[in-house]
Amino acid sequence: MAGGAASGGTQGREYRAVALPLLLPAWLVIGIFMVLPVLLMGVYSFLTKEFRGGVIWDFTLAAYDQFFVYRGLFGDEPPTLEWTYITIFWRSIWQAGLATALCLAVGFPTAWFIATRPVRTRTMWLFLITVPYWVNLLIRTVSLKFLIRDNGPLNEGLMALGLIDGPLPLVNTNLAVQLGLFYSYLPFMVLPIYAAVERYDFALSEAAADLYAGRWTTLREIVLPAVRPGIVAGAILVFVPSLGAFLAPDLLGGAKTYMIGSLIDEQFRGSQGNWPFGAAAAMILMTLVLIALILYARAQGRGRPA
Amino acid sequence: MSAIEIAGVSKSYGAMRALDDVSLTIGGNAFFTLLGPSGCGKTTLLRCIAGFEEVSAGSIRLLGRDIAALAPNERPVNTVFQNYALFPHMTVAENVAFGLRMKGVPEARRRARAARMLEMVHLAELADRMPAQLSGGQQQRVALARALAPEPEVLLLDEPLSALDLKLRQAMRLELKQLQEETGITFVFVTHDQEEALTMSDRIAVMSHGRLQQVGTAREIYESPVNRFVADFIGETNVLPVLVEGVEGGRASVVLPGGARISCPAAGLGPGAHHLSIRPERIGIAAGGPLRATVERVVYLGTDLQLVTRLADGTAVQVRLQNSARTEVPAPGTAIALEPEEGAARLLAD
Ligand SMILES: Nc1ncnc2c1ncn2[C@@H]1O[C@H](COP(=O)(O)OP(=O)(O)O)[C@@H](O)[C@H]1O
Ligand SMILES: [Mg+2]
Repeated sequence: MAGGAASGGTQGREYRAVALPLLLPAWLVIGIFMVLPVLLMGVYSFLTKEFRGGVIWDFTLAAYDQFFVYRGLFGDEPPTLEWTYITIFWRSIWQAGLATALCLAVGFPTAWFIATRPVRTRTMWLFLITVPYWVNLLIRTVSLKFLIRDNGPLNEGLMALGLIDGPLPLVNTNLAVQLGLFYSYLPFMVLPIYAAVERYDFALSEAAADLYAGRWTTLREIVLPAVRPGIVAGAILVFVPSLGAFLAPDLLGGAKTYMIGSLIDEQFRGSQGNWPFGAAAAMILMTLVLIALILYARAQGRGRPA
Repeated sequence: MSAIEIAGVSKSYGAMRALDDVSLTIGGNAFFTLLGPSGCGKTTLLRCIAGFEEVSAGSIRLLGRDIAALAPNERPVNTVFQNYALFPHMTVAENVAFGLRMKGVPEARRRARAARMLEMVHLAELADRMPAQLSGGQQQRVALARALAPEPEVLLLDEPLSALDLKLRQAMRLELKQLQEETGITFVFVTHDQEEALTMSDRIAVMSHGRLQQVGTAREIYESPVNRFVADFIGETNVLPVLVEGVEGGRASVVLPGGARISCPAAGLGPGAHHLSIRPERIGIAAGGPLRATVERVVYLGTDLQLVTRLADGTAVQVRLQNSARTEVPAPGTAIALEPEEGAARLLAD
């Protein structure tokens, strides 16, 4: 085996010699478009705000202080925990979680349906799923608003059918924001689950049925563990952008559905803005997401036998 | 009581008839083999018994009970799948205990039984491994243990040995046969390998193009094939074009290529052009034999020698000789006379 190990070593070295230059463009892209902006945000969050937007290069913790510490309306009370932004964060997490659950509930059967069609029609179904997403997200969100407003087709239709007496108040509710998020990110749930189901070996379902498992037991014990990577990928792809979304909450929601995305968005707009505070909020959000992902990855690692 | 009665079962996929009016009775406590070339409908028949496919016509009875209305998970039948289909996220022991858990067997009892099944297939020490960490042969044993653990009335095996290498395959043949005898469970074993079928089975059903050709013991199938397909498919044989001149008292007078006449059982055939089967090991060199042939080649097979000879009309005839010091081996080019042993020549239906 010594010879084999040695040749494996040289192969590894040759591989690295070829792979490094080939990987360089990828590293550059990641560096310029991902690492650099995050570093920039990190630095900005520690700078002093300039009155009409922008920053002054004076390092301070003021942005984080504003986020976490409350000193009364006039800043003269003993410091306590500031709940305003934590509440917005909590609401955003809750909204994003709900949107993810909704996307999963609809996305899983959809993905299952597509993956179990004959090979030739699958491409068509996938294509149909992506068609609405050729239209800009803003336009789609606005059209959703038209659809569900008091004198929109949904309410008018329901009233014409005599199912309701007056229009359902949908716009400016949590439900509307949920619909918006669901509509914005559904394909991000469908596609990874589709990929996982397509790889699933249906002989396993037959084996389970052969061994006296019912349909639901088979789904829970055999199918779900097998397609779980797809579900996790889909959940992350829906949850993370939902958490930072601002179009759906802005256009479809109201003051009660104010989310992190809108909070950050406002800090970088016009003279009301506060760049360091927006940067700090973004950094806190990113840290939370990272911690959640790391905890999840660790839990995965433990669950798997050596 | 018979374990399985299959009556007039057909199965069509669109215009394709995968099973065509198959009727078959499989006795209890038997090693029963479905044998046939790839695509003849063996898997389809197994899947109909297991409940994964609905029959288009006919009925299947299990221990006297019609099972048409039962879903796969309600049939007291377990399957060893061709690619094993082990649950990849469960340990070997969890795989083996799965069927027992689904049947509601308490944990302590299913642990004990899973351990016993793993011992039976010599895998006790691998109970905590994941399937991906096993070799092909080991996976095959786990699949076997998993299917046997719930004590099914019938075990269905779909070419379970085909993914193994030759040595392992041969060892597993004996083990499977032994397992069947130990457990007393009826095995329905599918294979396209006639040697496998001959060495393991109590009874064999030969299939071709969705139809049943012949059912019988290994000996019956080998020595008394009912038609040309069975004779050709099982073992090696010489098929000669012959003319049946007349039939009297169940025996036919047959004109061989070259004009010599012999007499053999009529096998229900009337006068006319037919085919005659003679196994290579049941034909010998004999001065004055009815078949005149020229030796073309001598093939060395270890324990045996195979003579490739040709009749005047061009028909090839294989002759198998034992490789012993006393055997006189004719050189290529020699003219010889061949004689079938008594009872070796069999007329075949087409
Ligand atoms: N799901 C199916 N759809 C269409 N044709 C099928 C299907 N399953 C099997 N067949 C056809 O039925 C015939 C018998 O197949 P199968 O039972 O798998 O053969 P075997 O197991 O003997 O190799 C084959 O010609 C195969 O192509
Ligand atoms: Mg098959």
